[in-house]
Amino acid sequence: METLDLAELDIRDVNRRLQGRTGDSDASDFEVLNPLGRHTIAAGINRPINVHIRGHAGYYCAGMNQQAKVTIEGNAGVGVAENMMSGEVRVTGYAGQSAGATGHGGLLVIEGDASGRCGISMKGIDIVVGGSVGSMSAFMAQFGTLVVLGDAGADLGDSIYEARLYVRGSVERLGADCIEKEMRDEHREQLADLLKRAGFDANPDEFRRYGSARQLYNFKVGNIGYY
Amino acid sequence: MDERKILESATFPPHVIAEIQRAASEGLYNIRGSGAKRRVPNFDDLVFLGASMSRYPLEGYREACGTDVVIGSRFAKKPIHLDIPITIAGMSFGALGANAKEALGRAATAMGTSTTTGDGGMTEEERAASQTLVYQYLPSRYGMEPDQLRKADAIEVVVGQGAKPGGGGMLLGLKITRRVAKMRTLPQGIDQRSACRHPDWTGPDDLEIKIRELREITDWEKPIYVKVGATRTKYDTMLAVKAGADAIVLDGMQGGTAATQTCFIEDVGIPTLPAVRQAVDALKEMGMHRKVQLIVSGGIRTGSDVAKALAMGADAVSVGMAALMALNCNAPIYEDDYHALGTKAGSCHHCHTGKCPVGVATQDPELEKRLDPERAAQRVKNYLTTLTLECQTLARACGKSHVHNLEPEDMVALTLEAAAMARVPLAGTEWVPGW
Repeated sequence: METLDLAELDIRDVNRRLQGRTGDSDASDFEVLNPLGRHTIAAGINRPINVHIRGHAGYYCAGMNQQAKVTIEGNAGVGVAENMMSGEVRVTGYAGQSAGATGHGGLLVIEGDASGRCGISMKGIDIVVGGSVGSMSAFMAQFGTLVVLGDAGADLGDSIYEARLYVRGSVERLGADCIEKEMRDEHREQLADLLKRAGFDANPDEFRRYGSARQLYNFKVGNIGYY
Repeated sequence: MDERKILESATFPPHVIAEIQRAASEGLYNIRGSGAKRRVPNFDDLVFLGASMSRYPLEGYREACGTDVVIGSRFAKKPIHLDIPITIAGMSFGALGANAKEALGRAATAMGTSTTTGDGGMTEEERAASQTLVYQYLPSRYGMEPDQLRKADAIEVVVGQGAKPGGGGMLLGLKITRRVAKMRTLPQGIDQRSACRHPDWTGPDDLEIKIRELREITDWEKPIYVKVGATRTKYDTMLAVKAGADAIVLDGMQGGTAATQTCFIEDVGIPTLPAVRQAVDALKEMGMHRKVQLIVSGGIRTGSDVAKALAMGADAVSVGMAALMALNCNAPIYEDDYHALGTKAGSCHHCHTGKCPVGVATQDPELEKRLDPERAAQRVKNYLTTLTLECQTLARACGKSHVHNLEPEDMVALTLEAAAMARVPLAGTEWVPGW
C-alpha cells in the first residue's frame, strides 16, 4: 500500500497521484494520512484503485468519483461523493450536507448519520445510510435509490422524480409529491441486495418504500397549493 | 364619433388590459422565451468621440487593429486564446435543436472564438463542431459528467442569468424528447424544472471550495468562469473574484431565456449598461482588471455595442439572442406558422413552445429540417465578421490599434440616465450626473 501523507504533501500532489497523473501507475492501494478535514481529497479519480483516508475529510471528498473504492475512516464534510459516476465511497462516521448530490452511479455508504439534502438531485446513484438523514433528503431525486436505516427528516423526497426511497425508521414529513408505495417482492430483493452490498444486516421487511406520485410532472394550475 | 378624442390610458394601455384579461381567464402567470422587451438605458445611449485635433485616427483597411483576447490566465494552465472578443453564449441542447447547436459551434470555430453548452450537458455534435467549447456547470447538473468537464476547454459555473437572476430554468414537456430526457435522466414529456440553487454549495465561501474541486478534477488546466445575472453586480463580481474565478460572465437583464415567467424577464435585474460599469469598478478596486477577464452579455446586437462594452472595460462580449437571430430566429419566413402560434415574425418569443417556425428552438425533427447547419453556420459567421469589422472601425476612429485600448474617455452619453449609469459625461458637457 502506498502512503500519501497530507502533513508533507499538498492536496494537489495527492490528487494527482491518486488520479494516476504521477508516480507508479501499477499501484492500486493507497492510504491518505493526516486529512484533518481538508477539502477535495480524492476528487476526480477515474481508475479502479482502493483509497483509505485515515481520518476526517472536508468538502467534496471523492467528488465525481469513477471506478475507485474510497473509504473515509471518519466523518466527511459537505458533498461527499457528489456527482459520483461509479465505484464505491464509504464513510465510517457521519456525513455533512448534500452527500451523494447529483450522483449518476456507484454506491455511497454512510455508516453514521447524513445531514440535510442527502441524495439531492440524485441521478442514478445508490446511497445507503446506516443512521438517519436530515431534512430535504432526496429533493428532486431523479433516479437511483436512497436507503435509510434510521429516520428521515422533514420533506423527504420533495418534488421527487423516479428515484426509490426505503426508510426503516420514521419519516418526519414527506415532501411535495412524495408518497408511500407498496413494497413488492422486486423491491424487497433490490433492498436486500443493496443492504448486503453496503454491509448492513437488516431485514427488508422492516422498511417502507416511498416514491413519486407523479402529480407534479406537468405544471397545472390545480397544483398551485404544492408550490 | 371623433376617435381622436378617445384617450388611451398610460396606466392601462391595450396590451396591459389584454394581459389582465388573460390572467383572469387562465389564473396563471405568462411564460415566454426571449429577453426583456421594455426599453432600458443601453449602449445606444452612448456615442464615441472620434479622433480630431487632439487624437490621431488609424487608417481603415491599412493599419492593424487587434481583436484577440486571452481568457483564464489567472490560474488555468491552459487559458483560451480567442481571435475575436465576441463569444457565443450558453444555450442548451434541449432549448435549441441539435442543428442550431452545431451551426453555432461551426461558426464560432470558423471565427476563432468559443461557444458554450447549456443545461443538459454536452452533445457529441457540439463538441465535434466547436474548436473551443465552454462547458456550463449549472445548478441542475443535468447531464453533468466529469468526462465532459475534462473534454471542455473552459468551465462556466452558472450562478444566474440576466433574464432571471434568482430563478431556475424551465423546459416544457414538448421539448423533452427521448434524447433530451435521456441526457437529463428524466421521464420523457414532463415539464422539466431546472434548480435555481446549486445542490452542494451555498454562498461564496463554498463556491471557492467548489471551484478548487473543479480544478482538481481537471488538473488545473481549464479556465473557470463564474456567470452571474446582473443585480448586485459590484459585490457579485468581488465575491466571484475572491472565490477564485478566472473570468466573470456578466449577463444584463436584456439577456434571453428559453422560457420563464414574463414578470421575471421584465422586472428582475439591472440593464447591462450600469452592470458593466459596476463590474469594472469592482475589478479595478481589487486590482484585478484585465487579470480576471470580464465577459459581458445581454442585449449585444452590433459591433457598436461590442466596442462600447469593451470601452467600458469588458474583455469580451457574448451573444445569445442575436446569434439565434442570425440563425433565422424571427425571420419573415414560414409566416403561417408564426400566426398559428399567435405571434408574428419580428415579435416572436415562443421558444418555450418547442414549435419554433424556423427550426432553431425546437426538438421537432420536421421543424429542425428548416435549419441547415452548414448554411446557418455561414450566416452566424457573417454576422460575427460584421460585428468584428464594426468594432474595429470604431476603435480605429478613436485611434486605437487594439479594440481593448478603447476606454470610457472615448465616449459620451446622450441621456442623463446613461451618463450616470456608464459614468461618462453627458454629450457637450463635462457633467457626469451622480458622480
